[in-house]
Amino acid sequence: MAQQLLEVTDLHTQFFTRDGVVRAVDGVTFEVAAGETLGIVGESGCGKSVTALSLMRLIPVPPGKIVKGSIMFDGADVLKMDDDEVRGIRGNNIAMIFQDPMTSLNPVLTISRQISEALELHLKMDKSEARKRTIELLDLVGIPSAKKRVDDYPHQFSGGMRQRVMIAMALSCNPKLILADEPTTALDVTIQAQILDLLKNLAREFRTAFILITHDLGVVAGMTQRIHVMYGGKIVEKADTAELFANPKMPYTWGLLRSIPRLDERRKAKLVPIEGLPPDLIAPPPGCRFEPRCQYRREICREKEPELEHIPNSKPDHEARCWGTQQGGWLVDTDWHKEVGDTRVIEEIKQEVAQLPPEPKPGDVPPPPTAI
Amino acid sequence: MATTLTTEQRRSIGSRLERKQRSLWGDALRRLLRNRAAVVGLAVIGFAAFVAVFAGVLAPYDPIAQDPPKQLMEPIWTKAFGGKYTDPAFLLGSDALGRDMLSRLMYGSRIGLVVGFVPVTIIFFIGMSVGMLAGYLGGWVDNFLMRLTDVIYAFPDLLFVIIIVAMLRSTSAGDVMGGLLVIFVGIAVVNWVGLARLVRGQVLSIKHREFVEAARAVGASPIWIMTRHIFPNILAPVIVSVAFAIPGALLTEATLSFIGIGIKPPTPSLGTMIADGFVVFSTTPWPVLLPALCISVLLLAFTFVGDGLRDALDPRSST
Repeated sequence: MAQQLLEVTDLHTQFFTRDGVVRAVDGVTFEVAAGETLGIVGESGCGKSVTALSLMRLIPVPPGKIVKGSIMFDGADVLKMDDDEVRGIRGNNIAMIFQDPMTSLNPVLTISRQISEALELHLKMDKSEARKRTIELLDLVGIPSAKKRVDDYPHQFSGGMRQRVMIAMALSCNPKLILADEPTTALDVTIQAQILDLLKNLAREFRTAFILITHDLGVVAGMTQRIHVMYGGKIVEKADTAELFANPKMPYTWGLLRSIPRLDERRKAKLVPIEGLPPDLIAPPPGCRFEPRCQYRREICREKEPELEHIPNSKPDHEARCWGTQQGGWLVDTDWHKEVGDTRVIEEIKQEVAQLPPEPKPGDVPPPPTAI
Repeated sequence: MATTLTTEQRRSIGSRLERKQRSLWGDALRRLLRNRAAVVGLAVIGFAAFVAVFAGVLAPYDPIAQDPPKQLMEPIWTKAFGGKYTDPAFLLGSDALGRDMLSRLMYGSRIGLVVGFVPVTIIFFIGMSVGMLAGYLGGWVDNFLMRLTDVIYAFPDLLFVIIIVAMLRSTSAGDVMGGLLVIFVGIAVVNWVGLARLVRGQVLSIKHREFVEAARAVGASPIWIMTRHIFPNILAPVIVSVAFAIPGALLTEATLSFIGIGIKPPTPSLGTMIADGFVVFSTTPWPVLLPALCISVLLLAFTFVGDGLRDALDPRSST
């Protein structure tokens, strides 16, 4: 295997809360090559964001802790670095684009001061150099009359423009890897498209590796080379993008694909939601994490957890975590478009959910800890 | 009917639409200057500061020079109402030892303003650092610093200042700067706790905001984040609190001097002047009234400015 830019091996990130240990990321392994764009997809609370934060060691400690695993970035283990070394990587080699551009910019600092921050910290530029570069960056991300607007405050920018500013900040030191954590979620659809276009062009132009984290399969479809689907703190399916959409091999992915409208499908196709709730990451199901919500489940799914393995009838790098679709499973030849599984199971799951006592979404990743 | 604009017209509209650059602080200053009471307060403080700085030049007499035959002269305007004991040489009259009131008030306001500003500066630094560290670092640092704060907070303010000042007065530190140092220390030691608590609370609410996390994500160190990101965000309430602390310190000094453990005589301070004046109050009220009036006007001015700052810095809270 060629030298990868980022190799994450068996990463475990846990949060030690009053209710117990939340296994937010539970043994995640993946790699990103230089210049590659990887999508990580999954619903809320499945550990996507925690994975991203772990890569930069930004997990709040306590209550969070990376308990196991290694993160090799450019040949060095991020988890073994001291604080100074990690700070040297953040922003410089790995940058991050946050979800909500409305709150990720400091309201009392001008745009130029915020963008030049990384330039001053890492590239040791002086004020005027940093300012020049800041204007270049704003031009690059498509802010009109950048020269006039560098000294504006964030509140004078619209949401889409602020996200452009965030992207400019991420790009400022020419990082090798950019983590984009739901970069378009807070924006409206037309702006989403613009921002995605921008990211795509930048990725191509600068040969920067991207990890695009999203719950929106539509977002990753046009952007990424490979996609990893996460569920309950684990990666449940890995495939390259075209393969994943054409030939998904995990019932959870099927569920995701069924629940989004497609322009190339027949009009009358109904959107089918995934019944049930995401697993409680304090006490995850003993077998397959998706088993409680899976309408294709069998006895073995409840008893033993499947490994992430190569799937028959697919490309060589296509892996999934499912007893059914793995070698000798009962779903190997299933066409997910036609066979929706056991409808009685769907009814059972619906009833289970209806009987649950009302409570705030269980299984959600705990909100960022607030000091008491 | 659709109208088409020439490039020329477009450009002129564009330049008219262009807003003037406004900074946060510029806006606040504009709002402050629109507040009439605050402007009056600023003018009074400016005047007092001018008089205090140039007291040496402006004062007609040496404030501690005694002129026994000219004791207890009344301000010259009392002549219009039939006052017999006036002397055109003493515009505001003289005290029981024949010292010129005007000169003494000028020097007294100098002490008053110094005591207003210096301890508050100390308070600002202590309160800011303690509050920032406690709020940002959290954990045992927070616990330790806040328990210390609680302990100091538990004492009644004035009594604590009196204890500290009385204790230090008799040591060699008591004579530094005519007793001023001890007063600075006393006021600062007691009053930083309020600011520290305020700052800590503000830091706690700011530090979980996403832009702090974004700053961490570009590799900023804790010190950098505290000074560049959190500090400017919490500055507004801190400025207001400091503006209100200044008259407090000024009043504390007057109180201490009044009960006799403040500025050492013969240095004139507004508090000692009131205390001295009480002895002759039945003969003439002016030696008490004039310094008391000065204190009141100064306090009022600072309070106006403090109010104005609060409204200017937090426009949402103004009613």
